[in-house]
Amino acid sequence: MSYIFEPGFFSNAPVRTALVMGALVAIVSAVVGVVTIIRSQSFAGHALTDVATAGGSGATLVNINPLIGFITGAVIGSIAMEAGGMKRARQRDITTGIVLGFATGLSALFLYLDATKSANSGVTQQVLFGSIFTVSSSLLPIAGVISLAVIGAVAIVWRMLVVTSVNEEIAISKGAPTRLVGTVYMVALAAAVGLSSILIGSILSTALLIGPAATALRGSKSLVRAVFGAAGIGIAATWLGILLSYDSYYWEPSNQGLPVSFFIVVLIVLSYAVAAMWHRSPRK
Amino acid sequence: MPSSETQRTTSDTVLEVKNVTLAFGDRKILDDVSFTLKRGELTGLIGSNGVGKTTLLRVILGFQRVTSGEVLLNGEPLGRGATNIGYVPQKVLLEGDIPLRARDFVTLGLDAHRFGIRRRSSADRQRVEELLESVGARSFAGKRIGELSGGEQQRVLIAHALVSQPSLLLLDEPLANLDPRSVQEIVSLLHEISVRHDVSIFLSAHEMNALLPVMDRIVYLTSGRAASGTTSEVVQTDVLSALYGHHVDVLQVHGRVLVVTEPNTDTDDLPSHDTLKMD
Repeated sequence: MSYIFEPGFFSNAPVRTALVMGALVAIVSAVVGVVTIIRSQSFAGHALTDVATAGGSGATLVNINPLIGFITGAVIGSIAMEAGGMKRARQRDITTGIVLGFATGLSALFLYLDATKSANSGVTQQVLFGSIFTVSSSLLPIAGVISLAVIGAVAIVWRMLVVTSVNEEIAISKGAPTRLVGTVYMVALAAAVGLSSILIGSILSTALLIGPAATALRGSKSLVRAVFGAAGIGIAATWLGILLSYDSYYWEPSNQGLPVSFFIVVLIVLSYAVAAMWHRSPRK
Repeated sequence: MPSSETQRTTSDTVLEVKNVTLAFGDRKILDDVSFTLKRGELTGLIGSNGVGKTTLLRVILGFQRVTSGEVLLNGEPLGRGATNIGYVPQKVLLEGDIPLRARDFVTLGLDAHRFGIRRRSSADRQRVEELLESVGARSFAGKRIGELSGGEQQRVLIAHALVSQPSLLLLDEPLANLDPRSVQEIVSLLHEISVRHDVSIFLSAHEMNALLPVMDRIVYLTSGRAASGTTSEVVQTDVLSALYGHHVDVLQVHGRVLVVTEPNTDTDDLPSHDTLKMD
């Protein structure tokens, strides 16, 4: 076992916090990720990571916890995108592109100010690529509440989200409040992106949102099973990524720890590649 | 298949479209349109491209506010999202890589407009299975809908629309992009549904030949104006020629009525618009 788990892995408090946080983020990303794919809104999800970057870097600048900044930035961005129009594909792309561009500009400003103010280039690394081992355990309760709120909100509008993803007019003809449902989804997406930004950084949070969900959707017989499958894949990739990152401190000859986000993203890509090869031809 | 026109009374009226006008600026899309739809009847909405067929369906669905006039469903004014209407749109996003099974999608028709999580009752499940059987979709109910053929997808969409037991079923171009065999199957299915489920069916179509044996009535649109009548009243050379803007022949072949168009015919001597008004 010592070949797999290097000394102190289970007794290390930051590791335990990282494992719990990772599981929460993986579950929320699975729920929201499956909906994101069936609604064809992966680009919107990616744009929100840039908005989250602006929020996280802005929060760091004024000494607020980055998690609050990530989520607040992403939620504001999601509401702006929904207000700008997300129904038609072309309008959705335009709105998303404009919000993404503006957010990237803000991020550039805030990250520059962060770096010059504190003379600490680590801030940029932390915001963009995450720093799971530095997350305070005091953040776990708030992350838990946000996770439960997101999962509950998506569950409440689940049926409407599914029908809307097939055809919005069918949902409207049944009397579904599609605008409200769209807003609930966008805010849930923003919260998921904000949470995963803490884990693997704002830039890479799309990977955790889309990768496990896309992998699970390939092999599942129903959407609900896909959510559970995505959660399983996400948790496995996150925990294994944390383990590998921890172990990498002991790898010879450099004994230099490698970032968690790198391992998580590699594991997600590998799982998707395996699923893609397994289900290469469309099932009949 | 005989028309049931003579057996229907005003109490069977499901939908009344009364003097509906829809204008955008000076341009009238619908101009004083009136007709009624009755329970157990299959009515075709016929007209060339761009005359406003889909717009009229959107008005009935409550998606589009009218400039004047009113639409009554079972005697009541329409609101947005009338659950008493089942709707099958023309375009649906049903990709093969989405694991949404036909049975699950039909089940969503029961309560997809409601918030919350609800456990299905055995009565709900039985209703879904009966409907899948009724539309001939039981054999592929466990498949992903994106993997089904066009005809099979139409059956699933029809079952989804019917599962909430609406009094009116609207279909926007349900025969478009189907092969001839699937067209015949869907037409027979729709006729069967109108009789067995005692529901009023209203569908738009370009190609009316396949529908002629089963249509009870036709509502036709031309230049924003509508006229309706029984199939035998409308399917006449002069009426259809005026509708399409070029010469149209109505032929009897082996007891079947066929409509044959001649696209290049000069239209100067065709009947005027007024001769089309039948109601």
